[in-house]
Amino acid sequence: MSDPVFETRGLSLGYGPRIAVSEVDLAISPGETTVLIGANGSGKSTLFKGLSRQLAPSTGTIRFNGHDLEELRPKPYARQVALLPQAPLVPEGLTVTELVSRGRHPHRRWWGAPSPGDDEAIARALSMVSLEEFAERPVDELSGGQRQRVWIALVLAQDTPTVLLDEPTAALDLAHQVELLDLLRGLRRPDGSRTTVITVLHELNLAARVADRVIALNAGRISAAGTPEEVFTPEILAEVFDLEAQVVRDPVEGHPVILPRGRRRICPTAPSRVM
Amino acid sequence: MKASAVHELQRRQTRRTTVVLVVLFTAMLAMMGIRVLLGQYTVTIPDFFRILGGERIPGATFIVMQDKLPRALLGAAAGAAFGISGALFRTVLRNPLASPDVLGINAGAAAGAVAAMYFLGAAGTGLAWAGLAGAIAAAMLIALVSTSLRGAAGTAGIVGERFLLAGIGVAALGQATVVGIMARLTTQNAQGAAVWTAGSLNSSTWDRLILVSVVLVVAIPAAVLVHRALQPASLGPELAVGLGSHPGRVQTAALGLGVVLAAVATASTGPLAFVALLSTPIAAALRHGRISVLASGAVGALIVLAADMVGAEMLGDARLPAGVITGAIGAPVMLWLLVQQRRGARS
Repeated sequence: MSDPVFETRGLSLGYGPRIAVSEVDLAISPGETTVLIGANGSGKSTLFKGLSRQLAPSTGTIRFNGHDLEELRPKPYARQVALLPQAPLVPEGLTVTELVSRGRHPHRRWWGAPSPGDDEAIARALSMVSLEEFAERPVDELSGGQRQRVWIALVLAQDTPTVLLDEPTAALDLAHQVELLDLLRGLRRPDGSRTTVITVLHELNLAARVADRVIALNAGRISAAGTPEEVFTPEILAEVFDLEAQVVRDPVEGHPVILPRGRRRICPTAPSRVM
Repeated sequence: MKASAVHELQRRQTRRTTVVLVVLFTAMLAMMGIRVLLGQYTVTIPDFFRILGGERIPGATFIVMQDKLPRALLGAAAGAAFGISGALFRTVLRNPLASPDVLGINAGAAAGAVAAMYFLGAAGTGLAWAGLAGAIAAAMLIALVSTSLRGAAGTAGIVGERFLLAGIGVAALGQATVVGIMARLTTQNAQGAAVWTAGSLNSSTWDRLILVSVVLVVAIPAAVLVHRALQPASLGPELAVGLGSHPGRVQTAALGLGVVLAAVATASTGPLAFVALLSTPIAAALRHGRISVLASGAVGALIVLAADMVGAEMLGDARLPAGVITGAIGAPVMLWLLVQQRRGARS
């Protein structure tokens, strides 16, 4: 197995005295699609903040390709790792192409001169998310789903070997969610190797379908990690999501399918509600 | 999709921006020409160039060289400084009402000038320096208050709602100081102070013009660069860090530059009301909402030149300082912006 892209040891992250992620050891292999799952507030976004250098570790270390994250300069790092946060802001008046071109920032000089690969990368990113026809449209006029594809294109235009996406499917309908996840799984670098994708997803069945590896977070700690088959078991789902569920195999693709049966009650005598 | 298509799209946008800038700069130069040549005392174009060439034409030389020309140049320079300052504030704070004049930079300058007049007996250029000190003190107070007020998330920073609130508070403090001191000034001093706090080009001297020009020569390229560096920050702090930028640092630099520009302009003309507030929305409307520091600067210059022309030449005997005119136009426009903003929040 090749050296991990990200490797954390005893990583704790927090906001002042409040610790949101504690004692996390994890290794992300290159070319894999890793999906982080967990209930709201379980520390997924905080872990992303650590990996994208928004938040310095309280304790422990994050290593990227063998280097301590603190040692790396922001712009070279941004040429290696791209981040799509949950709620980026749309500046006024920009067209799709102008917004996507902002993804080229780490490739530009400090005074903002365009870099030679800009047009090529922007064109490729727009094609990948099928936004060619919208290239000249103002972003304000697009629907939520189209706008989400613009953000994905911005991150793809950044042209990095690793991408971090925090709930990229939130605004999309089911067909577009499937399309996007297939796109992310199929991302290739110019040399033909797979892009390393780390993403937070709430939709467990889509996670099971797309992930090479699933990491389940619970209260800031990793409670399970492994292939979808290893993680999506009734026991782990009960522990991580307080969810009572049955797990079957997809008859065509073979990945696990979660059939929710109800919320697990803390008090065993209470009647369980069927969803 | 081909790279050449993307290139063509980008080039088309650049060309539109260039057209807007060329039109605005031509309009600004034309307005300066009108201000110098026309009015109650008119100068012919050949005479104007002869005066510039050093020829002495009795009466005309004095009026052009000591009043009309410095007045037009200072009006354009101060207007540009206010306009650029407004654009920087607007981009960082993402709020059309967040301009240095609303946030107490101008009020701080007025308070500084009036305080210097009352306590130190300052006059003339002394007032300008006191105004500069007042503006910078106001900015530091806003920064101090907004960094010490911690938000619910527990993160301190100079940017955001807290900055706006602190700015509005400092503006009120500055205005209260002005009113308090004005009540104690002698009638004659109070009149001088009133003219200064309204803002006017009546005391446009070459000294003041040089001060503003020196600042602008450095500040305009710096503003263009820092505004470009704000591009990642305008996508939100998280994506900005993801793109390898330091959003906090760039935003602080942009606001600092905006404060210096507003302070220097205020020091030279007095706090011309609403010029910074008005310039950016007007300039942005010409480019579908995109904010350009150069376009905002040109619009600011146009507003000040036009306001001075109207106040000094076009109202007959009632000669009003430019700041009164900009205030009269600015107040309804500010209300309109507020209404627009509410609409934007609803949609």
